[in-house]
Amino acid sequence: MSIDGVPPVLDKGHQRLLQSIVEVARAIFSAGASSIFIFDSSAGELVFEAVSGAGEATLLGQRFPMDEGIAGWVLQSGEPLIVDNVTSNPLHARQFAESTGYTPASVMAAPLMDAGTSIGVLEVLDRRPDPARALGDLEMLGLFANQATVALQVVHQSQEAMARVIHDDTLAGVAVALSGLTGSRREAGRQLLTSIKDVLATEA
Amino acid sequence: MPVSADTLPRLSWYTQDRPEQVRVSAGWPAAPVEDWAASGATGAGVRVCVVDSGVEDGHELVGQLAGAYSVEPGPEGSPRVVPDNRGDSSGHGTACASVIRRFAPGCELVSVRVLGGFFGSSENLITALRWVIDNGFDVVNLSLSTSKRTFGTALRELTDDAYFNRTLIVASAHNMKVESFPWRFSSVVSVGSHAEADPWLYYYNPAPPVEFYAGGVNVPVAWKGGARTLCSGNSFATPRIAGICALILSKYPELTPFQVKTALYLSAANVREQP
Repeated sequence: MSIDGVPPVLDKGHQRLLQSIVEVARAIFSAGASSIFIFDSSAGELVFEAVSGAGEATLLGQRFPMDEGIAGWVLQSGEPLIVDNVTSNPLHARQFAESTGYTPASVMAAPLMDAGTSIGVLEVLDRRPDPARALGDLEMLGLFANQATVALQVVHQSQEAMARVIHDDTLAGVAVALSGLTGSRREAGRQLLTSIKDVLATEA
Repeated sequence: MPVSADTLPRLSWYTQDRPEQVRVSAGWPAAPVEDWAASGATGAGVRVCVVDSGVEDGHELVGQLAGAYSVEPGPEGSPRVVPDNRGDSSGHGTACASVIRRFAPGCELVSVRVLGGFFGSSENLITALRWVIDNGFDVVNLSLSTSKRTFGTALRELTDDAYFNRTLIVASAHNMKVESFPWRFSSVVSVGSHAEADPWLYYYNPAPPVEFYAGGVNVPVAWKGGARTLCSGNSFATPRIAGICALILSKYPELTPFQVKTALYLSAANVREQP
């Protein structure tokens, strides 16, 4: 979800948004970890885009095939899922150990759905166990996943808008010149650009 | 006792027969009865298809499959259903199959893999459903849906075809507040979850589109690699109802999808005579 030429500050904003979502999800569920994976359709892989808790220092940017395991099923089916007692399942344990270096006891995952298409997965590991609450947990996770999707959509739109400016030499030059001004000259420049925008909007 | 559908006159768009000439005796109880529909049945003689991520053949909680297929690109590039021996790509299909097997140990189980393939899952789903209808399956477990509206019309036509051809599609409601298909169509049996522990407990929902609720929390299931686990979600409530439908059809094989739904309704735990 990054675009060539977009200033790093926007990518940092994108990262902070996703990071805040996994941190809140982890806190709400009293969980050991929470992650967001983004689907890279050209490579057919899921990419760790944000991590809170176990694996936070090492997992960002790591990739695994889209059709593997619980996250892969959630991505492809567009349905959330809870799997408990993961440690009793050697295959799960191995898959998690290989991809994260950590084997959770429970996994809860929901798709990030954009206009009917899965663009990623929100996963929560080792939530505080409360079997009676499982259906409520699934619904709440879905709400977080929707929030993450909206955040990604907003960031992506901002990135595209910024990319359009950057890839237009004239607009890019104006933006650079304005950002180099200070004080009253900057304010005068901003008013001038506002006037130009109003004139262009009227002509249109 | 029930009358075989084969002995009935062929009814079409109209009939000149009198009601006594087309009498249908399905042995309905006079009042709702919890254990009438499925008790004593094993699912024997009923063909059930699991449309999902594939099923691990021979898993101890699944047993032997009667067939395994997947949707793959054909010579012209369009999707088609072909034999498949790759098992389960995620474990989810194996989980659903194990729940059906627990409820209907005598049924015939076949897998069609629609996930993890070449095409988008919605195209695969349509191809697979066409195939299961053409191959005359009695029950289809569909713990999946698509939220792509462009596939809605094709799916509606397919589920109607299934309904009129005695293929009963049991479909999961989406677990999120997402409008998806085909569970919303009235030609399928749609299933959501309740949180009660009794695996045989199911309710009729008087406020559709979800028609029935079955246990969907901490459901003991098989998973790929010979493993077992506990899963939660509508995906795992749905095969409980699919298994019960297989039991009903093994006991009353002449029933149409409409009648199986009615049998589920009459045997649901919350449907009772007025005191």
